[in-house]
Amino acid sequence: MDVYLPIANLAVNGLVIIALGVGTGVLSGIFGVGGGFLTTPLLIFYGVPPTVAAASAATQVTGASVSGVFAHSRRQGVDYQIGAVTVVGGIIGAVMGAALFSALESIGQIDTVINILYVLLLGTIGTVMARESIAALRQTDGVAPRAAKRRHHPLVASLPMRWRFYRSGLYISPLAPLLLGMVVGILTMLMGVGGGFILVPAMLYILGMSANVVVGTSLFNILFVTMAATMTHALTTRAVDVVLAGLLLLGSVIGAQIGARVAQNARPEMLRLLLAVLVLGIALRMAWGLGIRPDEIYTVVPL
Amino acid sequence: MSGATLIRGAPRVLLALLAFFALSAQRDPILVPEVSQHEIQVRQGFTGTELLLYGAILAPDGSRAQNDYDIVVVLKGPTEPILLREKEKALGIWVNADSLRFRSAPSFFAVASSRPIDEIVDDRTAAIYELGLDFLQLSPSGAIDPVEQQRFTRGLVDLRRRQDLYQEDGKGVTISGGVLYQSRIKLPSHVVTGRYTAETFAISRGRVIMSATAEVEVRKLGLERLVAEQAQKSSVLYGLFAVTLSVLMGWVAGRLFALV
Repeated sequence: MDVYLPIANLAVNGLVIIALGVGTGVLSGIFGVGGGFLTTPLLIFYGVPPTVAAASAATQVTGASVSGVFAHSRRQGVDYQIGAVTVVGGIIGAVMGAALFSALESIGQIDTVINILYVLLLGTIGTVMARESIAALRQTDGVAPRAAKRRHHPLVASLPMRWRFYRSGLYISPLAPLLLGMVVGILTMLMGVGGGFILVPAMLYILGMSANVVVGTSLFNILFVTMAATMTHALTTRAVDVVLAGLLLLGSVIGAQIGARVAQNARPEMLRLLLAVLVLGIALRMAWGLGIRPDEIYTVVPL
Repeated sequence: MSGATLIRGAPRVLLALLAFFALSAQRDPILVPEVSQHEIQVRQGFTGTELLLYGAILAPDGSRAQNDYDIVVVLKGPTEPILLREKEKALGIWVNADSLRFRSAPSFFAVASSRPIDEIVDDRTAAIYELGLDFLQLSPSGAIDPVEQQRFTRGLVDLRRRQDLYQEDGKGVTISGGVLYQSRIKLPSHVVTGRYTAETFAISRGRVIMSATAEVEVRKLGLERLVAEQAQKSSVLYGLFAVTLSVLMGWVAGRLFALV
């Protein structure tokens, strides 16, 4: 099925794009990550110009998170309070990220910075998650339960002005989720991803939110931050390809529903271990990619 | 005899031009070029196309040309200013290092000839008429160093060649009966829209005897045109549309699955 993409200026096989959407949709439903970190590089690999890939992937992630948010909210899995705070932080962060992006782009180092960020972040997060989830799996497998763990990071407890977040079972300062949202917002603009793979572990291990609302709340945040990202791209780079986004959406909204169902019936520790393995795999692949000679030494930038 | 078969097979334009040139009785030979399509429509399902560039070369009196001619056709897309970046290995990783600006890099450039260019003309002539990828005039700006310029030019040509945007075919033109020539040039789906020029050169004994130009317009139509225009002109609405579309599709899918 040949489809011509009017903004990317290129004909692609529509079925391949839909399949890609299903894959990322399943991931987003299961793990609460947007899947942008997979879509964007795969689209670029397929020949779509990088800015079009990042912009259209943001649009797709919006759709995938809507259906994910609905699926999770039906089972009380979204903390709208924390979600709202992180969204505000995310929009502030996105503005800061946009400025940083154009500064790096003008000196031609944006790709390298993005790749190094990917390797560092994914590597760290993957390692922490893998260790934690393996420990949790051992624990439930009959080993004597450890003493109750500290719920959230000590730095979070030291912040002033505490609010009560009922669904997450927390009594912490809203500055913590606000700062987290800002960091994710900056990364969203820089890396062209929803930031779920940072948000989920940070909500679990830094904020100490209860595990059953983490995925839904992360998706809620991603939903609004990617909406802002789509608008930013539409206004600045003009690289949002609705035909491409539509095809990706078609696949990912279905995939997200499947993913949400899988998530309900699986052990959360197991899911976290799987996500950790996936994240580590991508980090290793990207670290390797930085060192080997790239396929293209030259890149064309239109002026 | 060959004149009669030619007239029967050729389009009306050719006939008219032929008559005109036959009457005016110039000393120069006559070159009548034609393109299979003057407009290429980019709409849904466009996967690239093939242009047929054909025509005839005749002696001034309309008879078969006496000399043996070589034909070179050059199809050139709209030129654009670009920045070309070059990656280098630094501290173990590949990063963008040097860059060079080109003021007029053609977005598409295809050369087809009846024999390899270097057998037809010398380098000087090839450079004057831009015959061949080695003789592209890209107007680099900034760096003066010719070695560096050459390295970057070669990089750009190599990159675009692999993307099928730059092509060179030393056997791409066939001449039949010393009169009719034809050449097929493939345009991939990722060509840019705009005005393309097809230039035909008749070359004899290393000299360009005649040249003629035809134009081809590549443009988007229908939905593709609408999308591309709206993205540029009303970007706020376009962005809102994209966001609404994604929210709506996600919501509908959510509702549908809730029923299952």
